[in-house]
Amino acid sequence: MNGIVRPYRRAAAAPVSWFQFATRHRASIASLAVLIFPLVMPFTALAVNILIYGLYALGFNLVYGYLGLLSFGHAALFGTGAYVCGIAIVHFGLPWYAAIALGIAGGLLMAAMIGVLAIRTRGIYFAMVTMALSQCVYYLFYQAVDWTGGENGLRGINVRDIDILGVRLDFINPLTRYYVVAAFVIAAFFVLSRILASPFGAAIEAVRENESRARASGYDVRLTRLMTFVLSGGFCGLAGALQALHLSIVPIEILYYDTSGIVVMIALLGGMGTFFGPMVGAAAFLLLENLVSVWTVHWQLFVGAIFMICVLFFPAGIWGTLISRGKR
Amino acid sequence: MAGLSLDLIALQLFAGLALGAIYVLFAIGLSLIFGMLTVVNFAHGAFYMVGAYVGLYMLSLGGNFWLCLIGVPLAVGLFGLAVERVLIRPLYGRSIDYPLLLTFGLSYVMVELVRIVFGKTGYPFDTPEILQGAVNIGVGYFPLYRLFVIGAAAAVLLALWLFLEKTSFGLIIRAGARDPQIVRVLGVDVSKVWLIVFGIGTGIAGFAGLLAAPLQGASPEMGGTILAEAFVVTVVGGMGSIGGAVLAGLLVGVVVSMTSLFAPEMAKVSIFALMALVLIVRPQGFFGRAGLMS
Amino acid sequence: MTEGKSMRKSGSISRRRLLTTVGAAVLAASPFRINLLQAEEASIKIGFPVPLTGPYGTEAQDQVRAAGLAVAQFNDAGGLDGRKAELVVRDDKLNPGEAATRTLELVEKEKVSFVVGSLSAAVQLAINNVTKERGVIFNSISQSDAINEAADFSKYTFHEALNPHITSGAVGRYAFPKFGKKVVFLTADYAYGHEMVRGFLEVGKAFDIENLADIRHPIGTTDYSTLLPRIQALKPDILCICNFGRDQQISLKQATDFGLKQTTQIIAPLLSHASRVAAGPQAFEGVIGGCSFYWGIEDKFASTKAFNDAFRKMYDGRLPSDYGALGYGGVRTVLAAVRNAGSVDTDKVVAALEALKYDFYKGPQYYRKCDHQSVQSVMIIKSKSKDMRNESDVFEVISTEEPDEANLRGCAELGHKV
Repeated sequence: MNGIVRPYRRAAAAPVSWFQFATRHRASIASLAVLIFPLVMPFTALAVNILIYGLYALGFNLVYGYLGLLSFGHAALFGTGAYVCGIAIVHFGLPWYAAIALGIAGGLLMAAMIGVLAIRTRGIYFAMVTMALSQCVYYLFYQAVDWTGGENGLRGINVRDIDILGVRLDFINPLTRYYVVAAFVIAAFFVLSRILASPFGAAIEAVRENESRARASGYDVRLTRLMTFVLSGGFCGLAGALQALHLSIVPIEILYYDTSGIVVMIALLGGMGTFFGPMVGAAAFLLLENLVSVWTVHWQLFVGAIFMICVLFFPAGIWGTLISRGKR
Repeated sequence: MAGLSLDLIALQLFAGLALGAIYVLFAIGLSLIFGMLTVVNFAHGAFYMVGAYVGLYMLSLGGNFWLCLIGVPLAVGLFGLAVERVLIRPLYGRSIDYPLLLTFGLSYVMVELVRIVFGKTGYPFDTPEILQGAVNIGVGYFPLYRLFVIGAAAAVLLALWLFLEKTSFGLIIRAGARDPQIVRVLGVDVSKVWLIVFGIGTGIAGFAGLLAAPLQGASPEMGGTILAEAFVVTVVGGMGSIGGAVLAGLLVGVVVSMTSLFAPEMAKVSIFALMALVLIVRPQGFFGRAGLMS
Repeated sequence: MTEGKSMRKSGSISRRRLLTTVGAAVLAASPFRINLLQAEEASIKIGFPVPLTGPYGTEAQDQVRAAGLAVAQFNDAGGLDGRKAELVVRDDKLNPGEAATRTLELVEKEKVSFVVGSLSAAVQLAINNVTKERGVIFNSISQSDAINEAADFSKYTFHEALNPHITSGAVGRYAFPKFGKKVVFLTADYAYGHEMVRGFLEVGKAFDIENLADIRHPIGTTDYSTLLPRIQALKPDILCICNFGRDQQISLKQATDFGLKQTTQIIAPLLSHASRVAAGPQAFEGVIGGCSFYWGIEDKFASTKAFNDAFRKMYDGRLPSDYGALGYGGVRTVLAAVRNAGSVDTDKVVAALEALKYDFYKGPQYYRKCDHQSVQSVMIIKSKSKDMRNESDVFEVISTEEPDEANLRGCAELGHKV
């Protein structure tokens, strides 16, 4: 015995890496980023657009990134949410919060209708079928001129003052509008995080990883797919409703397949199957578009080229690549 | 309804066939590429558009339309070969979505490049002199050029059928469509087969674009809507089936034509409704491989 | 003891790393930071959203040129007591959603005093919705009937361009007495197409025309072969093509292919310069239509000559097109009102615009009080392929309809309280 008493040392907590810290608090971190965002963007309306497209991509990511099904028809869900919200305000004079709720419902319903038809198909077929079905929705909304304004779009979604818990906010003020939209997006973050962490979230992953095994384990594969698609519709519908309120119009182009294509690009650019990826992708895409448009009218060339480069060399997207670096 | 007669309906049917002929040519390339490579070529519309512009360019160099009929598919096909080799080949082995995504981005790039080189507005494309005017086909006057389109499409289909059925390379393609593994085991370089199939498919698309140009002029956006409609054709006919593409293409053309007679606003919706119906009743289309559905 | 050091594994968060990361993020974000040290903006900013990308890019660029001329002329004449005007151009990509975003940028960030622009009905209605909610004057330079209607109108909304009702009315008044009573319409199935047909039918009542059929086609149709046989079978005296841009070019071309011109006179409410150039002489041969401006009327109006000369001087001998002239007119009237009002205060400028009587590029014009529609002349034109003075000489003006409020839709009909 040499008389030195070693003090009892508690087993040191395992050092927490950036990655684990971020994953545990992902919703909170995303929310923090959202709060300081407008201060670093060229103009606030762009920041709002980024939030909205980020949410749209978040919904899309549920189906593509987490479930593994490539849909080229998500514009139908986004657009339906927008139109239902707009119609509720313009034609029925409903208050803004009811309109948003109806927009979400519209997204859910449209997703159910498209989903029931499309879920019968798989893989690449799914992409084509969703694209064609959403084109159908486009033409139908186009024809319903009395409700949607047709080619002229739906105008008059003018929300001025909104009352939240007794506080009157001026919705016309750009920053106020941003934070109201941000509140909804943050709520969506939390809801999505809960869903993914739940047993249903595990089911989604199981179906993506190995369908036959999932089926053998007792998961109803078809129902899981449909439910995921419908949930995705809810998120996209909310994004659409917020878009309608933000721009005070709903353009018919929102239902065209270009809008479906944009969300695919955003999701890939950001990183599919990751939580922050869609937001990062939306920010990257819209900022890029904004920046490049200032230099040249040929911004589509650059956006398309960058997208191809991502597909070839960075399939995990910006955020996905950063994460895999961070994991190492 | 004023003026509705058997003659008019017959004339309308012919118009539908001419419209369908373009759909068929376009969809065949798409179906061929999917059947062999399992790649959905989202840039197919862009290749179609490039065909029209290459035709314009060749004409401006002093060539005539008949030379273009040979030159355009060759040029576009060669470009297709390059695209497959450089852009798509690296993606084999990854998830089958990737080539789809790549071709999607490629379409943006191709359209914008054409805008840069040729301008945004689009160009008129004159019908070749010999093919101008209308002929009396018994039930009324029908543009001669559209009859030519039907004939040209039939000729290409015949040539393709002969190629697939009667040549050894065609045999390889058909075998490869059924089972790529066996073909590889037998010592055939599958990647070369895929390369050539992609070239053929895009070449035919370019040819379709050239044929369509005198009907509507050449514009950078012309590939857009026909792609969505071609998806309907391939779903209805069955992905990977050439016979299906032919039947479905003609059917879609006739459906659009006949709906235009009674309710033109619903003409576009009608084909998507057709597709939805097929999906419910027979998801693999007329002749599609049932194995593709889950 | 070495335990302390070995506990700090790579990848763990230390306070130092956290601070450096946050600091780097803030630094990285600073290029985007809006400069708070902006000096008091002295210039009068006019937002100008136009579709620089897309199928009408050529027209849009012409509009930018012409608007630039108007701004230059204003500034050269001294501006507003030394305050210069500045054109803030944005690309709306012919997409109403993008146009709304750009307008928000122009109003919220650039703090423009006025907005002029747009090239499609949907886009102008979108821009208008954003500007009127924020009390910013918007002078629209593209065709639409809806913008005159009470639902979309506001006191800040002005409309320099023609609308389908005026244009089709003028063409109808010219063509119906000349060519016959049996009329067939080939109409693009959207608001603009319907508005054109409505205009023709209203005018047609006075001439007792017989509406044989109104055949609708989806906008963006590239193949009219399924519609033309039916038209042929109806044997009309007049075929009214109520569409625009690519649709018009293609339908005219295919109608020519089907031999329709041999038996029928084709008319269109609006023939645009760019379409005529893009489609070529064959398709447009013999077609009669309307337009808001043709450089060739410089023989008639000193103001046109002055505009043409100034444009030629500024842009290397180029001549302004119909759409370009609208860009000029739209901006010039706003600046003239600013000068008349002596300020950029919105209400004062609105009053000045309402009182304005002007002749800037095509003869006398003024804004009607109830809907701020510019009352102006309409030119009836025919395509020209021989004896062209220069490469821009593609039309011949065969008649002119003088400005007359009676040709507009009634204020009450539009829903305005009179």
